[in-house]
Amino acid sequence: MDLYEYQGRELFERHGLPVLAGGVATTPDEARAIAERLGGRVVVKAQVKVGGRGKAGGVKLAEGVDESVARATDILGMDIKGHTVNKVMITVTADIAEEYYFSYLLDRANRTFLCIASVAGGMDIEQVAAETPERVAKVAIDANAGVDEAKAREIVEAAGFPAELTDQIVPIAVRLWQAFVAEDATLVEVNPLARTTDGTVLCLDAKVSLDENAGFRHPDHEALVDQAAVDPLEQRAKEKDLNYVKLDGEVGIIGNGAGLVMSTLDVVAYAGESHGGVKPANFLDIGGGASAAVMANGLEIVLSDPSVRSVFVNVFGGITACDEVANGIIQALALLAERGETVDKPLVVRLDGNNAEAGRAILDGAANPLVQRVDTMDGAAQRAAELAAAGV
Amino acid sequence: MAIWLTKESKVVVQGMTGSEGMKHTRRMLAAGTNVVGGVNPRKAGQKVAVDGAELPVFGTVAEAMAGTGADVSVIFVPPQFTRGAVVEAIDAGIPLAVVITEGVPVHDTAAFWAYNVAQGERTRIVGPNCPGIASPGASNAGIIPADITGTGRIGLVSKSGTLTYQMMYELRDIGFSTCVGIGGDPIIGTTHIDALAAFQADPETDAIVMIGEIGGDAEERAAEFIKANVTKPVVGYIAGFTAPPGKTMGHAGAIISGSAGTADAKKAALEAVGVKVGKTPSETARLMRELMSGN
Repeated sequence: MDLYEYQGRELFERHGLPVLAGGVATTPDEARAIAERLGGRVVVKAQVKVGGRGKAGGVKLAEGVDESVARATDILGMDIKGHTVNKVMITVTADIAEEYYFSYLLDRANRTFLCIASVAGGMDIEQVAAETPERVAKVAIDANAGVDEAKAREIVEAAGFPAELTDQIVPIAVRLWQAFVAEDATLVEVNPLARTTDGTVLCLDAKVSLDENAGFRHPDHEALVDQAAVDPLEQRAKEKDLNYVKLDGEVGIIGNGAGLVMSTLDVVAYAGESHGGVKPANFLDIGGGASAAVMANGLEIVLSDPSVRSVFVNVFGGITACDEVANGIIQALALLAERGETVDKPLVVRLDGNNAEAGRAILDGAANPLVQRVDTMDGAAQRAAELAAAGV
Repeated sequence: MAIWLTKESKVVVQGMTGSEGMKHTRRMLAAGTNVVGGVNPRKAGQKVAVDGAELPVFGTVAEAMAGTGADVSVIFVPPQFTRGAVVEAIDAGIPLAVVITEGVPVHDTAAFWAYNVAQGERTRIVGPNCPGIASPGASNAGIIPADITGTGRIGLVSKSGTLTYQMMYELRDIGFSTCVGIGGDPIIGTTHIDALAAFQADPETDAIVMIGEIGGDAEERAAEFIKANVTKPVVGYIAGFTAPPGKTMGHAGAIISGSAGTADAKKAALEAVGVKVGKTPSETARLMRELMSGN
């Protein structure tokens, strides 16, 4: 889960990192209260999880309370690359003399954590690394040893930060690591880490990603989810413990196993190329034991997406037996009918693997006019795409 | 002979007495796996009857190893206890630990991996969030269905469970030496490269299927490794060509970040080193079939 900048700033502040005084506002009145508290010159920043907000007019300087409120009013409700601005962060300003870069992140390749630090901050670090790799220090961090003062000094030296700032940056490096671990983050990025004209080092931006797998030890992280920005279908799926991602096509997808479902999306998209360009409408992994109830919940979510024209149920029976899956589909359709849902979209079902023959026989025997059975994944994808194209 | 898991392997199950642990212990036994006991500190000393077998429960992995000669642990404990369970397996010095558990915090995985490295990597860790290892006809450590296919001469390494099953099914008439599910988490113990190296060295493996998915650059690194070290033919498949950037697709590690981790980049890297990459699972199976019949 990626945090908003204001959430990152608050998280940094809680962990004792030097950030600019500020607050977050959802209304002009709230902006006024913050501006009055801060006084003087402030910066008003749109809170969106997309780059390029400055160019889009989502970051403005303001002098005094009235101007702050005016700028906040301008920015709230703006649309930045399809993201509506519901919140603005307002902070005091800093006179920046120099900008640096500092982050901790996962290093998947080396199965550990990495610190990236650079004297070239305030810009895209990937670009800096590509153009002037000598200005970017990468220091591997042992997950168990972590970052103590000695390690922090090593990082500061490797990055080539000015010697007179060492005593300020070392504790920042240590605290940022502590925050990274304590919050189960997969990324904490400060860009820029800035030296002000009076020689103070401050974290001027805060980019934080949290590990959702660690949610069980962070009940407070749930509150960081922006409910307004969550797709309503994804929200409903989450409440039912379903792994669902809304996409923008017409063929609903239900499968078991993340890899197989990803593969199904691909196969449907290829099939769609010869059927009016139809695409997958969603990712939905119902996991291992596809009971009738789970299948019903999944079907209900997929079918309630108005853009869905056909549904492809693609199951490889590994542990799950296909006859159970077939019964699940039939019972799910009955359950949905009992719940008063209108099911009128065609279902293409492919069953393979454990007890596939029995499963296919059950579907054939039920003779539900909405259910079409196709034996291969590729053939079923073609059929589902064809039906979706016909139904558009 | 297969890789890592053979008929001689003696398997203990950490979390055997839980519902998932018990279900899969039963299945592993049915597949002919030599399951010699379970580990649960709260039930140490008890015996558990599983389909006619009396399996002893030990307090620790070390005790289980001392008591049974176990050399493989399969771990089914819940995510909050996984780190501790793996560290215990490492402390016991067990040669192979297969971590099935899904939903392990990545800081925990990084911690037990770093610990394993600090101990000199005595333990091969597979997973977490993986279906395990199956050497058809010999042994099965994890949740891969044993009855899909029989023994043969293809080696398979995959990030995905169901795609592993699908591929085993597609090539069931040819059969497999060993199928390794390495898992879809951002940090995993055993990588594609480790499995490729083992299959290259295994006299009973003639060709390799490698299944990847979006996220990270494991497949790109595997391609470099293949170029330098693998002479056996490799066929590849990548899932997630049409996955949108920034969305986690089921597996915690399956996410395109910016322009990194796309299926297209992985496919290109593999093809550049001579690996044939199928567009779909069935095409991938066809490529392997052609290759095996040409031998």
